[in-house]
Amino acid sequence: MNPPPEASPPPAALPRPRPIRPPGPLVIAIDDVAKLYVMGEETIHALRSVSLRIHRNEYLAIMGPSGSGKSTLMNMLGCLDTPTSGRYEFNGRNVAAMDDDELAAIRNREIGFVFQTFNLLPRSNALRNVELPLIYAGLPPEERRERARQALADVGLGNRLDHKPAELSGGQRQRVAIARALVNRPSILLADEPTGNLDSQTGVEIMALFEELYERGNTLIVVTHEEDVARHARRIVRLRDGLIASDEPA
Amino acid sequence: MNPSEVIRMALASLGVHKLRSILTMGGITIGVFSVIGVMTAVSALRTSVETGLSFLGSNVFQISKWPTGIQVGGFNREKYRKRRPITYAEAQRYRALMAGTTDVVRLVSWGDGQAFYAGRQSSPNLDYGGTDENFLAANQESIDAGRNFTAADVELRRPVAIVGQTVLAALFPSESPLGRSIKVNKHIYTVIGTFAKKGTSFGWDQDEIVMVPISRFLEDNGIKHSSINIATQAESQAAYGDTLAQGIIAMRLARKLPPEAENDFDVYSNDSLVAAFAQVADSVSEGAFVVSAIALLASGVGIMNIMLVSVTERTKEIGVRKSIGARRVNILAQFLVEAVVLSVAGGLAGILLGVVAGDIAASKLNAGIVFPWGWALAGLLVCTGIGVGFGFYPALRAAKMDPIDALRYE
Ligand SMILES: Nc1ncnc2c1ncn2[C@@H]1O[C@H](COP(=O)(O)OP(=O)(O)OP(=O)(O)O)[C@@H](O)[C@H]1O
Ligand SMILES: [Mg+2]
Repeated sequence: MNPPPEASPPPAALPRPRPIRPPGPLVIAIDDVAKLYVMGEETIHALRSVSLRIHRNEYLAIMGPSGSGKSTLMNMLGCLDTPTSGRYEFNGRNVAAMDDDELAAIRNREIGFVFQTFNLLPRSNALRNVELPLIYAGLPPEERRERARQALADVGLGNRLDHKPAELSGGQRQRVAIARALVNRPSILLADEPTGNLDSQTGVEIMALFEELYERGNTLIVVTHEEDVARHARRIVRLRDGLIASDEPA
Repeated sequence: MNPSEVIRMALASLGVHKLRSILTMGGITIGVFSVIGVMTAVSALRTSVETGLSFLGSNVFQISKWPTGIQVGGFNREKYRKRRPITYAEAQRYRALMAGTTDVVRLVSWGDGQAFYAGRQSSPNLDYGGTDENFLAANQESIDAGRNFTAADVELRRPVAIVGQTVLAALFPSESPLGRSIKVNKHIYTVIGTFAKKGTSFGWDQDEIVMVPISRFLEDNGIKHSSINIATQAESQAAYGDTLAQGIIAMRLARKLPPEAENDFDVYSNDSLVAAFAQVADSVSEGAFVVSAIALLASGVGIMNIMLVSVTERTKEIGVRKSIGARRVNILAQFLVEAVVLSVAGGLAGILLGVVAGDIAASKLNAGIVFPWGWALAGLLVCTGIGVGFGFYPALRAAKMDPIDALRYE
């Protein structure tokens, strides 16, 4: 195999200044949210008190050391987990008051979630994994398949449709996870370490894809510990020990 | 989510653990097999019983020392054995008493024997019996060639015989039997006729028969005490009831029974033979029912068990599905359909095997092939019910899982 061509630009070389789109209406509002895990004698404060407002068409990076509560916060924002205390409003509606099926509908239509650990179905091939959100959205088979194929092509996996997760590399799995998150065209993309397993070239491609999504009017929230990745965002929130340490424009 | 998608998912999941799925289905298959097998055999027999058991002519009842061959429950053999045989004299007295009611009274005495002619021989245990001219009407026989017995043949104890088609084929492969002398056991008879072909019934070749006049038969075989069978044919369907009542009175008189004594003979007709069979069939069916109900219940518990295991094993999968938008009903449907597919597939196999086995059993008894649609349909419904009933709790457990807890499950 040839080494990557010299000409390929490093992530830092992205042109600046970049367009900053005016933020839309408030979509996420969390107030004094805490998440505790009680493990026998010990109580772990994954989140102590976090308040955050995110508008439509923001591009946000969440940073912080390992164990600072980034994934915990993302799970909450993604309507997968519920806070121990505090309030979360999504689109002006109190999430705590929603029932299982309403939450499922939000997860299906409004939010695309890229997990840190991918969470693909091991027995289904890439195409089938990406199709899954569309199955629950009730799309007819042909349309579903076409859109899943397109989503995989968009992340550069058009030639790996029949591969099961175990037959894909870490970076390819990550891209399947991204394709699955995007396939139902959610307005908000939550991505937990989306470039963690990617080589720099693929990382650049993914970041370019995110940039494009942002410019098309989507809302992006990306967890990362790489400053290079965070620099793509327009706003950076830093967590430390379950608290917001800083929240400023990139 | 459309149903075909749910079924596709279910089949894919079941395919992962093929052996486990097949074993689970096996329980259902056995339960369904036992009931469908028995029901198929019984209904195949039922259809042929009406013709097969109806060897008596229409509007005929029969009187004998022994009851019909079909008995349900404890058969008190001793009670029948102690009865006096119906003697030839009593039978003749009966016929004389019935003369005002009907002329068709047939007497018959059965034995077995082997027929010989010109170095050829029949099978060693053909039906060899003595009767009279009413044998044809009472036993649904007819003459193929030659003539029937006459009253004179019986009166004069003529050594004449009418032979069945199987005997005919064995002794006279190429010539006419009429007028020839055959030997049955040690006795010589002139063949005066042949019976038309009747075929087999329940494995019994009805054409393996040689009949001679009853008077001759009793004399040739030195029979004093063997019991006579009496068949009486009413003149019409309308007269049947009266004729039967008359017959019982006549028999009591012929047997010189005191008024307070019970009948010491049995009376039966085609209808009572069929009814007796139906009673046997019913109790066999009931037994099969109980057995398969227990088997189905046990296999339902097996399905529930496997589904609970499956839900636990696939906790992570459930979490993934929920995280990308599966609603409770989607998860519920997925696991419920898996349970139903298991039980219905098991049931279908049971129905197929049951029908095949039942028909094989029935055909050994010379009954026709049937497909018991009603039972098959009922079987499928019951299996669906088992799948839903026993699959519901595991499926509900899956549906109610918390997405983040399920995702974290390893
Ligand atoms: N289910 C759980 N039970 C108990 N403690 C938990 C649980 N999930 C997370 N924690 C704890 O909460 C804290 C925050 O975890 P979290 O996964 O949010 O960290 P993170 O910022 O995403 O870290 P990383 O960068 O390593 O992914 C950690 O100390 C972790 O041990
Ligand atoms: Mg994390």
